[in-house]
Amino acid sequence: MSLLDRVLKLDRRWIFLLVALAVTVPLFLRIEQKIEVTPESRGIVRALEALPPGARVLLACDYDPGSAAELQPMTAAFLKYALSRGLRVVVMGLWPQGPMQADLALQEALAHPAVAALAPRYGVDYINLGFQSGNEIVIQRMGSSVPAAFPRDARGRPIEEFPIMSGVRDFGAFGYVFSISAGYPGTVEWVQFAGDRFHAAIGSGTTAVSAPLYYTYFPRQVTGVLGGMKGAAEFETLTGFAGKGTAFMLSQSFAHIVVVLFVVAGNAAFFLARRRRAATPPEVTP
Amino acid sequence: MSLDPGIWLAALLTLGIFSFLYRDNPAYKVCEAIFVGVSAGYWFVSLFWQNIWPKLVLNLRDAAGLLFGHGVWDPRWLYLFAGILGLMMLMRLLPKGGWISRWPLAFIVGTTAGLYMITYLQSNAISQVHDTLVPLAGPGSGRLLFLPLPFAVHWNALFVFAGTFTGLVYFFFSVEHKRLAGGTARVGILFLMVTFGASFGYTVMSRMSLLIGRMDFLFGQWLGLAR
Repeated sequence: MSLLDRVLKLDRRWIFLLVALAVTVPLFLRIEQKIEVTPESRGIVRALEALPPGARVLLACDYDPGSAAELQPMTAAFLKYALSRGLRVVVMGLWPQGPMQADLALQEALAHPAVAALAPRYGVDYINLGFQSGNEIVIQRMGSSVPAAFPRDARGRPIEEFPIMSGVRDFGAFGYVFSISAGYPGTVEWVQFAGDRFHAAIGSGTTAVSAPLYYTYFPRQVTGVLGGMKGAAEFETLTGFAGKGTAFMLSQSFAHIVVVLFVVAGNAAFFLARRRRAATPPEVTP
Repeated sequence: MSLDPGIWLAALLTLGIFSFLYRDNPAYKVCEAIFVGVSAGYWFVSLFWQNIWPKLVLNLRDAAGLLFGHGVWDPRWLYLFAGILGLMMLMRLLPKGGWISRWPLAFIVGTTAGLYMITYLQSNAISQVHDTLVPLAGPGSGRLLFLPLPFAVHWNALFVFAGTFTGLVYFFFSVEHKRLAGGTARVGILFLMVTFGASFGYTVMSRMSLLIGRMDFLFGQWLGLAR
């Protein structure tokens, strides 16, 4: 059997094994990869930098554990950066598990020395409003009344009890809205209702699959887009809060190299096989 | 290595799902069935306690309390209308009552269309056309690579405009794709292929991220081997 035949008949499980190795081995390596920062990521940091300490930001966690590998590093890095800058963070979710993911990220952020030094307090410096069903209707309602959309926080206490929610009426109370989105409802709805309709400044952190769709909103409808794990790594690089996004980029790069090599090998084998078939004279039947 | 039973259960279920990559097997089927069952159960409970209970039951209870206790009519009685629509939707499960579900469906389609008609058009059509055309007239570079030009051109915007225009020509079937239209459409195909390639690249990145997340869980949280 020729090499070409071997490639064409390669058991796909070898590919699975190579991809698994490419992803796993870098987890044990201590190599730092340089992260190139794109204007789309820089736009989010610039918008946050322009806010004075004490300004409120709204963090919409619209994802679930299925997308946590991509989006959790973004949430954690955003919270670390915002809280360390003295911004007041209001967390909410249009996906039931989103606020739970945010709680995990909050635990991580609050344990970071730069954040712990400021000792942020629940209800004063940050709050989790929890999940509210209704998808884009919730955003629409927040545009006229945030307390009507979220009368209680995630723990069931009335939001009037919390100083951070004092004077919050609509999107005008938030200097920035950051939508971390894994699909519907997510960034598209935030742009349509909060951004284009109520003129809130929006940033988007999204899964890599959705990123090409959301880049069309940049830079006028969103100030920036973090696309997948690479976006998280860029945000971590810009803010100096290195986390899992940066740590995983080496695995990501190795996996991409393997995929590209197999795409090239597969195409080469396909065209060589086609040329061989064309060169072979057809069998003549008597 | 973790001593948390929850981590162990998650790790074993992950390995069970991964075992399908070698070949279909009973362990995979068990893990798949658990995943489907838990997901269905989770969503049922979640929807009941986060939608039906607080929005329908509690609101109607409070509205009834006000009406029968104090003789005050409360606008929350409107939730009864939503509840009736929900029940009508379930009529599709009946062999002869299926047609009833078309009414709430029509309500949903109508309200969604009304809600989205302007917002979607504004955000995803008018704004996109605006951003495709307007920057062409804005400030740009007066150079073509290293050559100076007598006028300023916003190359990035020009590129986006060319891609949009040629892509639209490709989908314009009222003219036969020959000569100028054919050539433009072929350029449009190239732009489309680059777009699909970029989307594919991002999809690969997304799927790899999920795999990295699982591997990090197995070798980090479960076995405690990775950083």
